[in-house]
Amino acid sequence: MSEPPTSPLVEIRDVSKHFDGVVAVDRVSLDILRNELFAILGSSGCGKTTLLRMLAGFEQPTSGRIIIDGVDVTDAPPYERPVNMMFQSYALFPHMTVAENVGYGLKKERVPAAQIKQRVRDMLALVKLDSLADRKPEKLSGGQQQRVALARALVKRPKLLLLDEPLAALDKKLREHTQFELSNLQYQLGTTFVFVTHDQDEAMTLASRIAVMADGRIAQVGTPGEVYEYPTNRYVANFVGNINLIEGRVSGASAGRLSLHCEALNAELAVPCDESLASGEAVCVAVRPEKITISRTAPNGEDRNVVKGTVWDLGYFGDQSRYRVRLQNGAELQVSAQNLRRSAKLTVEWDDEVYLSWEVASTILLRT
Amino acid sequence: MSPETSKAGPQSERWLRRTVTLPYVWLLLFFLAPFLIILKISFADPVVAQPPFTALLQWGQQGFEGIKATIENYLFLFEDGYYAIIYLASLKMAAIGTLLCLLLGYPMAYFIARQPPRRRQILLLAVILPFWISFLLRVYAWIGLLSNKGVINNFLISVGLIDHPLTMLYNDFAVYLGILYSYLPFMILPLYANLERQNLDLMEAAADLGARRWQVFLDVTLPLSKPGIIGGCLLVFIPAVGEFTIPALLGGADTLMIGRVLWDEFFVSRDWPVASAVSVILLLLLIAPILWFQHHQNREQEAGR
Repeated sequence: MSEPPTSPLVEIRDVSKHFDGVVAVDRVSLDILRNELFAILGSSGCGKTTLLRMLAGFEQPTSGRIIIDGVDVTDAPPYERPVNMMFQSYALFPHMTVAENVGYGLKKERVPAAQIKQRVRDMLALVKLDSLADRKPEKLSGGQQQRVALARALVKRPKLLLLDEPLAALDKKLREHTQFELSNLQYQLGTTFVFVTHDQDEAMTLASRIAVMADGRIAQVGTPGEVYEYPTNRYVANFVGNINLIEGRVSGASAGRLSLHCEALNAELAVPCDESLASGEAVCVAVRPEKITISRTAPNGEDRNVVKGTVWDLGYFGDQSRYRVRLQNGAELQVSAQNLRRSAKLTVEWDDEVYLSWEVASTILLRT
Repeated sequence: MSPETSKAGPQSERWLRRTVTLPYVWLLLFFLAPFLIILKISFADPVVAQPPFTALLQWGQQGFEGIKATIENYLFLFEDGYYAIIYLASLKMAAIGTLLCLLLGYPMAYFIARQPPRRRQILLLAVILPFWISFLLRVYAWIGLLSNKGVINNFLISVGLIDHPLTMLYNDFAVYLGILYSYLPFMILPLYANLERQNLDLMEAAADLGARRWQVFLDVTLPLSKPGIIGGCLLVFIPAVGEFTIPALLGGADTLMIGRVLWDEFFVSRDWPVASAVSVILLLLLIAPILWFQHHQNREQEAGR
């Protein structure tokens, strides 16, 4: 019976992993769809690498099941899984040439020698390394080694490719280039890619969906846009991008929105919310720096939250300027503004009294 | 080999040269000088005198009279097959002993290298613990274990496994056992150093690409441990060829090893020139594997370039 193509390729069901009593992964459930470029994002020690290693078969879950393409592989050894991995250290065999490295997996699969040769050649051409086939890995640059590692992991045509911090060891320029190449390759081959990273920019630009992990648990799963614009908890809001977090209490509710009193800003803010929360409940309001408009005159327009403050710090970056604005109660908000008009003089300067305003719809309500 | 050394400035290079000088001077004084003396004696004639050989440089009334040297001692060694057989027998015994050490030492080194760090230290200590006791004593203790009325035979008889004691002493078996026992740490330590350094990601990568555990070992672990194997084998083989104590204490009358012949020539026959020739030839035999290893290593580095 063939699975309908819309079913998830990977189903992680309530998986936990304990090391000597320490919980590394805590009851994680996750679906990864076919043809996804899926990122597992988190700081070091959050369990993301352990989760990846359980997908590869290097670690056995303490509890829970892992199903890949409809087959329960929870107890299957690495060599029996339709999964290949690109290691952070690349783990190229130093005693084999580039071509031998790439062909190794096919040799273990007992593919005929002529076919191995052809497939290795094709794969090396795909990663643009055909001219280096007879070199030893130590004679290659870091970027070239990475492409060999990628070719070696892809040549077996796995259903799932795992990448452990794929860009961490590359310098900035190469990283941007490789990012582009990786997503190109994924599009060309249609293989499902799952990569772990601690770098939110990497996850945002590369992934079609992101799972943010914290303390062994999934904090949120969503597209980069969802995770950035609609974080569901403080951890995700804080971890992904810059954000202003403001503590407040519910002071009233009307159709589809709440009004909150924020002590730190000495202001009443409006937040979109479909639920009805009890008056006095402590919540957190978040707003991204680029959503805030800074002006010296009172802003007009409806449905905006407005606060007043003084410019305390200013950074000019050419394309944009970043401000730190102190409010009357001593709280600070970050603002970033695109410099849309050509002018050598800034419209807002140090110590200016300014109005900060943002749309009610851009205001994020966080309960946890 | 490492990029660090090539990047080091002239300052540190000068330092390096200075620190290296002392051991070189030491080797020159206490290794090369005695060898040159032996080499000199090997070209002399035996005489009944003190010292028991003729001088290389002849001094007479008018001063220096010339050089007196003979290659007769070397010709004597090749006159009949006797010495050749002993050399070959020594090489064979050392080779088999080395192989035994490798077969036993490799799994031990592998096991130790894959333990958690704390336990590694304890196990390594256990490996080098025998060095706390004199080598001679330890070999001697084997006599007590292996002899007809020794611990092992007594035990086997008392439990009724055998009626008559097994002959385990004063034969080649005892010598192999002695070599295996005495030289095992020299095999384990370089192997351990190599295996412990191996990047475990490589083994996981091989498993990920479809290799079973034994294939991972044959394809990755074993080839990468080649320097450790060669190092360990040289450390065992070279001293084992010239081994004297083990064949003298544990071997039988028919156990032919060059170390014993050397002893007999020096101290029983008192034929120092022939004894010197024997040891010069032995040295030449042993230099060959070292040169081969050097050559091999250079080629390896060339190939990587």
